[in-house]
Amino acid sequence: MNEWLYVALFIVVGMIIPIGAIAAGFIFGPKKPNPIKQSTYECGIEPVGEAWIQFKAQYYIFALVFLVFDVEAVFLFPWAVKLGQLGLYAVMEGIVFVGILVVGLVYTWRKGMLEWV
Amino acid sequence: MNFWNDPLKVAAAWLEGIFTGWGMDAVLAHVLVVFLGVFLLITILMVLDIFLVWIERKVVARFQDRIGPNRVGPYGLIQPFADIIKLIIKEDTTPDGADKVVYNLAPILSMMSVLILWAVVPLAPVMLGIDLNVGVLFLIAAGAIGTLSIIMAGWSSNNKFAMIGGFRQVAVMVAFEVPMLAMLMIPTIFAGSMNMNAIIEAQNVWFFFISPLAALIFLIAAIAELGRAPFDLAEGESELVAGFNIEYSGMKFGMFYAGELLHAFTFGGFWAILFFGGYRFFGLEQVSPFLAILILVIKAMLGYWVIMWVKYTMMRIRIDQMLGFNWKFLTPLSFALVLVTALMNTLLRGADSWLFVTGMFLSNVVVGWIALEIARSVARKERERVEGVKAVEAHH
Repeated sequence: MNEWLYVALFIVVGMIIPIGAIAAGFIFGPKKPNPIKQSTYECGIEPVGEAWIQFKAQYYIFALVFLVFDVEAVFLFPWAVKLGQLGLYAVMEGIVFVGILVVGLVYTWRKGMLEWV
Repeated sequence: MNFWNDPLKVAAAWLEGIFTGWGMDAVLAHVLVVFLGVFLLITILMVLDIFLVWIERKVVARFQDRIGPNRVGPYGLIQPFADIIKLIIKEDTTPDGADKVVYNLAPILSMMSVLILWAVVPLAPVMLGIDLNVGVLFLIAAGAIGTLSIIMAGWSSNNKFAMIGGFRQVAVMVAFEVPMLAMLMIPTIFAGSMNMNAIIEAQNVWFFFISPLAALIFLIAAIAELGRAPFDLAEGESELVAGFNIEYSGMKFGMFYAGELLHAFTFGGFWAILFFGGYRFFGLEQVSPFLAILILVIKAMLGYWVIMWVKYTMMRIRIDQMLGFNWKFLTPLSFALVLVTALMNTLLRGADSWLFVTGMFLSNVVVGWIALEIARSVARKERERVEGVKAVEAHH
């Protein structure tokens, strides 16, 4: 538990330093805002419409597949740590476990979901 | 125990002695000393970061047949300091309609995510940093904060280019986190631990020689995680102008820029730790901790140089190519490699060291060769199909 306290210290110091740098910029920099300067940049023309519009995330299916594999990796790490002490049986179990997910990936692939549309 | 053999403990004991001498509580004194140590490490990193700006600019200049900064100070060494002064006295603009909290938090998180990575870096046999038993997972977790900061910057700027940049960064993360996790499993399998120091201790033979393919895939995934060319889709100067950081100015932009450089250097360091023995170099690390740190920094610099080499040689790939490359090639390959490594590790247990290394190396070569052959034959079929279609069209 002690170690995580040190990680917290790292996070605190790691935030103080950039905050300090940005604060220095805030203190020493000029502050002369005007409407044209504050407008968002669109290659020199007047911004048209909002930026926060509904956006088609074409990689939606990829994200779902990613989620499955990410969770899988979390399950595989304990297996990887103890692999040196386990026998061939554990390796076979790992192969079956990954195999099931690979079948899912192949299914997604064959369904044409891994194509950019 | 003298200063040259264990500088950190000597200094810490000396400082704690002073603090308790002032009548401070022992626990508080210890925490204060650790705080000072963390502060010192992060300050050194920031100073190093300033020189990384100079190194990066010099190296890119050489790659592009230029000289690079050479006017301000000897070899242009003072140039980054001039840049910092310029960044500090620039106006800090916030665009209209930006989400102010998220907008201001993003550059801070970007820098912080890199700095906390150094918490688990073992600098020398006696300077382990924080000896987390889940160091490998910490690497992934802290890296995800860096990606998050890019997404935050892209979303909060109220700018279309930034928005698209943020979206693309999500796509990159979705693609390359999986091979990276898989490749982190391989040092874990060899070392039997997720602890960074245990991984270094286990490298009597560098893991690069046991699993060169894993080192290569880790490097590719790391470059993607860094958002550097050929995977700099979030930035994409030629399409998105500057992508996610387009609306940032002054020191906030400086934090993104410095954070990216330090991130690249840090991943060079992790590449060295996971696959090139970290601070170890033929027993030299036992001579003095200072020498060990020097070895680690040199290895990290070499890794950083490879990352720069890739950046300034490769073209940016398209987002669909990136997703296809990852999901149809790299992910199946990396899982196949993990399973083959696990199998070989079990089969070769108890074998001689040279047999283990040779067997592992050959199995890596075979896996890589089979993967390339499959990719080649698929590409050939695709090419024949496309050319066939063209021939038929020409015939009509």
